[in-house]
Amino acid sequence: MTERQADGGGSAAPGDAVVSLEQVVKSFGSVIAVDHLDLEIRRGEFFSMLGPSGCGKTTTLRIIGGFEEPTEGTVKLDGRDVTDLPAYKRDVNTVFQSYGLFPHLNVFDNVAFGLRRRKVTGKEVERRVGEALELVNLTRMGRRRPSQLSGGQQQRVALARALVNHPQVLLLDEPLGALDLKLRKQMQLELKRIQDEVGITFIFVTHDQEEAMTISDRIAVMNHGRIEQLGRPEEVYERPSTTFVAEFLGASNLLHGKYAGVENGWGVVELDTGKRLLVKADPELAVAEQVKVGVRPEKITVHSRAQSLEPGVNTLEATLTSAVFVGVSYQYFFATKEGGGLSAFDRNAGGGPVAAQGEAVSLAWRPEHTFVIPVGTGETQPAAEAPLVGEPA
Amino acid sequence: MQAVAAAGAGPRKPALRVRFARAAAPYLLILPGGGWLFLFFLLPILALAVTSLESGDFIAGFNFDWNVGNYTFGLQLYSSQFLHSIEYGGAATIVAFLVAYPAAYWIAFHAGPRKAAYLLIVLLPFFVSFVIRTLSWETLLADYGPLFKPLKDAGLLPGDFRVLATPVAVTGGLAYTFFPFMMLPIFASLEKIDRRLVEAAEDLFANRFEVFRRVIFPLSLPGVFAGVLLTGIPAVADYVNQDLLGGVGTTMIGRVIEEQFEVDINYPLAASLAFIFMVGLLAMLLAYQRIFGTKEILSD
Repeated sequence: MTERQADGGGSAAPGDAVVSLEQVVKSFGSVIAVDHLDLEIRRGEFFSMLGPSGCGKTTTLRIIGGFEEPTEGTVKLDGRDVTDLPAYKRDVNTVFQSYGLFPHLNVFDNVAFGLRRRKVTGKEVERRVGEALELVNLTRMGRRRPSQLSGGQQQRVALARALVNHPQVLLLDEPLGALDLKLRKQMQLELKRIQDEVGITFIFVTHDQEEAMTISDRIAVMNHGRIEQLGRPEEVYERPSTTFVAEFLGASNLLHGKYAGVENGWGVVELDTGKRLLVKADPELAVAEQVKVGVRPEKITVHSRAQSLEPGVNTLEATLTSAVFVGVSYQYFFATKEGGGLSAFDRNAGGGPVAAQGEAVSLAWRPEHTFVIPVGTGETQPAAEAPLVGEPA
Repeated sequence: MQAVAAAGAGPRKPALRVRFARAAAPYLLILPGGGWLFLFFLLPILALAVTSLESGDFIAGFNFDWNVGNYTFGLQLYSSQFLHSIEYGGAATIVAFLVAYPAAYWIAFHAGPRKAAYLLIVLLPFFVSFVIRTLSWETLLADYGPLFKPLKDAGLLPGDFRVLATPVAVTGGLAYTFFPFMMLPIFASLEKIDRRLVEAAEDLFANRFEVFRRVIFPLSLPGVFAGVLLTGIPAVADYVNQDLLGGVGTTMIGRVIEEQFEVDINYPLAASLAFIFMVGLLAMLLAYQRIFGTKEILSD
């Protein structure tokens, strides 16, 4: 686990971490919400913590914000140890999931709240609140009460109220969770734009993998209070390092086999049926090591059995069990001799489904699109689960 | 008529009978309460108004002759008792607020899962009849009662020290009597405050005092407003506390009105005093509402 994290975090320029967590543990009674977490967040990046509910992502955010005290470990903000500093003394602001707007104050006074606590006065307050409201496109709403705003507008006020203080770090706790899909997509782009504009480090918590990939510079995929993998969206999606990451970041087709060494510059994985697949050669894998190989559904092309395929691609024989029309694409489900069901997406370019139900087909994909996950080396799910008896709520 | 109504109604309009019932429903619903108010509030008030303008005496009988003199005479004669009512009632309201708010705040925010138990403990004494409670205070505070006798015997208090029959005793008694009416609305409004707002305020650099001053207190104002009304109105009008705990110099107007009705049998004067009191109270309430009214918060 630690090794994997070093992979992701190792590329961070040392010394430029605006937030760093060192061996942070948070337990609630017998439940461990955050388990010896090490994390460095770089200045100015859009960082996401992604995981299912109960994975510890919100607790981690609350520890950074000062709302939870870690049971063990150190929290540093801009190099300074803030572990024992209360929330109101930290140069960090939060956009809460529930927004937390003050119902007795109008929009202007809500946004000005933090400035006034910091003894900013008069014209300066007016100027900065005006700027913040402009940033979130709410210029004319200053006199309204929060209850007179729509959910999306309240969300923007919450954002303005945090950003107006120019914090070192902005924490966002599933801020788009309450919005409908269309508004949500719109706000994702808006958040990205605002972050580019203000240059503040954003730490964003979400359980929506698509949202995390859309807006983040880097993603930490969390499970059971630990980071399973940390990296750019492309890295974690294309090269998941654990079964959990592979499955959480979208449908993935995993097949069991063992690593058979390198041939002609490609690594070879022999599936349980003896079928051989080409993968990127990985010097860290030992020959005969148990692995899972996977491929993302959109990388698979479907061909008739008779069709000859170009050499060097991975192929599998399969039978179509069902085809689902999803609008932009068809989603196919196949049964294979290798045991696992596989799924594939095919862009709906107008030709209709590629095969009929029950038809025998060949599936093909390129070796470089194949990823390998070592099994049983203490780095995958069973090992990560072992020390955790209680499932965090 | 029936046939016409049925034909006209068709599938679109409900039958005339149904429409009539719907239109009449609000009035029918208001009938019991409205009837009650009419019989036991409006009619007596009118009778009282008529009485307040009568002259004569108990023996010769009273007759109505627009005797406005009752009002000017009553106001002149009992102005100090009117003032006592406002002073003691007002002071009692302030005392009750100062005691109730911190208690309600602590129970709402820091009592954890034992909230209900603490609330019950606070309210337990009020399960006893208030006359008995006030009588107990009279015994406790007596000049040589269980509280002061030992202190006086020990020479810690001068022999002529007294609490009973002073404004302090009356004010304290009033504050004590109406304490639950102050505390419960305040507790209810504190309890309703979203705890996440406290976190939001802390996130925005507010320390504990500022969290209270800028978020919790403003949001509890509807409860304070209600508590002040519920305590202030009966405290100003009360006459039991000053009867049992007060003395000759602490008479409040409620006591005077009662005496005029029941002892002196001067109905016109009693009625005019009651009217002056009622109108004065109403004027104070309106002023209070204008100054501290929290309509905006209440409507949220």
